Amino acid sequence: MIEFVNFHLVPGLVLGSIYALGAIGVTLTFGILRFANFAHGETMTLGAYFTLALIALTGLHPLLLVPVAMALTALAVLGMDRLFFRPLRHGPTIILVIASFGLMLMVRSLVQIVWGAKLQTFSKGIDLPWVLLDTLRIFPKHVVIIGAALGLMAAVHLLLSRTRAGKAMRAMADSPDLARLTGIDTERVIRTTWIVGAGLAAAAGALLAYDTHLHTNMGFRVLLPIFAAALLGGIGRPYGAMAGGLVIGMAEELSTYPWIGTEPLVPPGYKAGVAFAIMVAILIWRPSGLFRGRVF
Amino acid sequence: MTGGYGGAEVIHEVSVRVDPAEIVVLIGPNGAGKSSVMNAVLGRLRVDGGHVRLTGRDMTGVPPEQIVRQGVSFVPQTGNVFPNLTVNENLEMGAYIRSDDFRPRIEEMYALFPPLAEKRRAPAGTLSGGQRQMVAIAKALMVEPVVLLLDEPTAGLSPRVRGDIFRVVREINTHGTPILMVEQNARQALGIADRGYVLVDGRNRLEGTGAGLLADPDVGAMFLGGGGGESRAEASDHGDDTRG
Ligand SMILES: Nc1ncnc2c1ncn2[C@@H]1O[C@H](COP(=O)(O)OP(=O)(O)OP(=O)(O)O)[C@@H](O)[C@H]1O
Ligand SMILES: [Mg+2]
Repeated sequence: MIEFVNFHLVPGLVLGSIYALGAIGVTLTFGILRFANFAHGETMTLGAYFTLALIALTGLHPLLLVPVAMALTALAVLGMDRLFFRPLRHGPTIILVIASFGLMLMVRSLVQIVWGAKLQTFSKGIDLPWVLLDTLRIFPKHVVIIGAALGLMAAVHLLLSRTRAGKAMRAMADSPDLARLTGIDTERVIRTTWIVGAGLAAAAGALLAYDTHLHTNMGFRVLLPIFAAALLGGIGRPYGAMAGGLVIGMAEELSTYPWIGTEPLVPPGYKAGVAFAIMVAILIWRPSGLFRGRVF
Repeated sequence: MTGGYGGAEVIHEVSVRVDPAEIVVLIGPNGAGKSSVMNAVLGRLRVDGGHVRLTGRDMTGVPPEQIVRQGVSFVPQTGNVFPNLTVNENLEMGAYIRSDDFRPRIEEMYALFPPLAEKRRAPAGTLSGGQRQMVAIAKALMVEPVVLLLDEPTAGLSPRVRGDIFRVVREINTHGTPILMVEQNARQALGIADRGYVLVDGRNRLEGTGAGLLADPDVGAMFLGGGGGESRAEASDHGDDTRG
């Protein structure tokens, strides 16, 4: 039981929070700009490496620097939109998807050129867990990650439900044509969407790096689970993406628990296949996802 | 105006005018170009000839978002509300281009459409057809428009709800908002209209006061179930000379 909590439940919540943050951006981009952004994983990577650079520069604690990294990443993504996506905005969707694929490769290569391809970490020290009731081991960093993710999700909720910019985002996700006829500044809504999506992705990347390490492939590796989370929650549904992220993260970590007998149900090496299996299952049986998103 | 979407022209030298505080109705068979005339006014139809003028200013070729900012409010025939936004949020979006305090205007809208007041927090997509149409009109009125364009606001509604909509259209107009309305329910629409135009095949066919068109035998034959069918109208020699 304790083993379950220490090695499966808590890591599942941590991974799920990170996936949730990433999936919100994917689903918002899909809902408002109407394409699957393959460069979203790289946005996460960028957020992690910006944080690393800021640590080298200032020597401050990574978590203090995450907001700055979020802002830098948002700026970078706004630049990418201006250069790559905006000129293609009115063409067929597939062109945007392929452009995002190209951008994904370019960003990853750039990160490799600037920071190198080896594993890196934010800090060299070891994180010691708090031990509760003799056996329950909680790592402070896990509490911090889950807390930060929940805080950011609450902020997204407030943005979407309370602010003019957030309501305009939801309006445009409902109908871009009516949004234009209503006088909504659609380019501005698109910029807001990139800022929110990139900011959350940067936070997700930095938190993932804080939990484990940095690698130039880190974003690409979580792209599939994040797409699975967005699909599970229903494309275009930010709350669905949050729930989907948690479910996928938990499913990955819980799949390696010895549910039957003494061996892990799914060998840890195949953990990544769990998200893929869930994604295929959703596409076959419930393409609109749990929250009735758009079917394409 | 003469114009089309991509290829062929769909309206030919159509002339439509709305004077201050008027209700003007466009009627005509399916595909006559009624919605296209509205699109031309909104900058969503390529205008090859003629002009779009708003209170004397030439708006020909101005993009839709700028025309909307000039106070031209449009309620499309379908997809005219944001289904996942609440009624109140739809109204707030209607006021997107306003920078002043529009809360009193929202309350005015609930007074104009009492059934909506109870549904403020309901997503617009969950409302009945008639209520959704009310949200769409209220949303368009949030800017206190220079002119209100309604494309078949009563399509698919029950006779009772249709009556409600026509009554509200009149009431909006009595407060001074000029209205250009496309309608299939020609009898009721002409009943509240100051003037009307009949469009056929993308051209002006007839023009007159609401009462005058109601009394016209050709209009009766075409749209009011007066017998004779469209063939009689096609054979009529009311021509382009009635164009305004
Ligand atoms: N978006 C579009 N692109 C190309 N052609 C269009 C478009 N919309 C309408 N048309 C064409 O323009 C012509 C006029 O259509 P329009 O929708 O203006 O007619 P309407 O009088 O509003 O008809 P209805 O009563 O069916 O609404 C039709 O031949 C139609 O096929
Ligand atoms: Mg039409």
